[in-house]
Amino acid sequence: MALSHKVTEADVWRALAEIPDPEIPVISLVDLGVIKDVAVEDGLVRIEFTPTFMGCPALETMQREMCTKVRGLGAEAEVRVVLDDSWSTDRISPEGREKLRLAGFAPPSPRAAGKLELVQLQGSAFRCPYCGSTDTRLDNIFGPTPCRSIRYCNACRQPFEQFKTI
Amino acid sequence: MTERSRVDVLLELADDELVLGWRNSEWTGIAPFLEEDVAFSSIAQNEIGHARALYELAAADLGTTADELAFDRSPEEYRCAPLVELRRLEWARTIARHWLYETADEIRLAALKACDDVELAGIAAKMDREEAYHRMHAEMWVDRLLSTDDGRFRLNEAIDELWPYALGVLDDELRPELRRRVETRLGRELPDVEAVPRGVHEAELAELWEEMTMVRRSAPKGARW
Repeated sequence: MALSHKVTEADVWRALAEIPDPEIPVISLVDLGVIKDVAVEDGLVRIEFTPTFMGCPALETMQREMCTKVRGLGAEAEVRVVLDDSWSTDRISPEGREKLRLAGFAPPSPRAAGKLELVQLQGSAFRCPYCGSTDTRLDNIFGPTPCRSIRYCNACRQPFEQFKTI
Repeated sequence: MTERSRVDVLLELADDELVLGWRNSEWTGIAPFLEEDVAFSSIAQNEIGHARALYELAAADLGTTADELAFDRSPEEYRCAPLVELRRLEWARTIARHWLYETADEIRLAALKACDDVELAGIAAKMDREEAYHRMHAEMWVDRLLSTDDGRFRLNEAIDELWPYALGVLDDELRPELRRRVETRLGRELPDVEAVPRGVHEAELAELWEEMTMVRRSAPKGARW
């Protein structure tokens, strides 16, 4: 890279796409859709970032990694945490959803227009990431991290983690 | 919303979430079965996450930090509703409190989502997406308890006891909606009682505070591990 090269927004997006989610490392922060915006002004990189769950213990780690990546490009980053409902699981990219599935996490179902009801979770419209069967049942709304539920596949008798629809 | 400052609103909500999160976490390791251990621990993590975000917003207004607001006030200075202060209750009462709180919280968040303060409305909207899962969990347990005579008796007994506390979570104008929802769900009328208001603390809060702030008080300059 020539010394005169100025960091561009595209460079930053590419660098951020290399940061794995600390808890589900098969997917990157960009795939997860938590980077809202990147702007470069006078060599300062401003990143708008929105966490998945507010109590996510990986928040600080993610912010630190973003700053480190940007520093690797020869610039300084300022990360602003945005707390509103602009992030939803619908922001996970199609590639991200496929990576989740391959790693054994059932990707979240699309956010319905209406209110999310328990009866939907108890229904069988969730596909097992291992065998593809929809003969699955809800085992626990809550799982090992705030963003996951536990389901069980009646067909291949395998429990699996379902990314919650948020 | 009754007229009071944004910091007051933030602290009431944050203190409710912090203290209830703490109470919920007391089930970690000893819930009746593993699924509930995971559920109450996860709900606790969410509530404390909400408290942190709310304290951070309040701290920016007050020129302090979230940790100072969460841990450096004396027990009398907390603004939480007495409902969340009650120490770990036996299971039916735990579920009754959980359901009453989540039902009241949904009504309160709906009001905050519609308020003019963009930051407050944004946080309320984000919280509400997570709270939807807490509500589903609570509703699932209410269904389960109502499905047997023993469960129905225990749930109703606990609701009668906690009802004045549940009213105290909300401002006056939001209480009729809580009554409507609880009465509809249980299929019975609830007595006209005085709400147990915010600001009056149960003795249990001081005990909880002792434990919750112990590390912070023992290492005032910050613990590292």
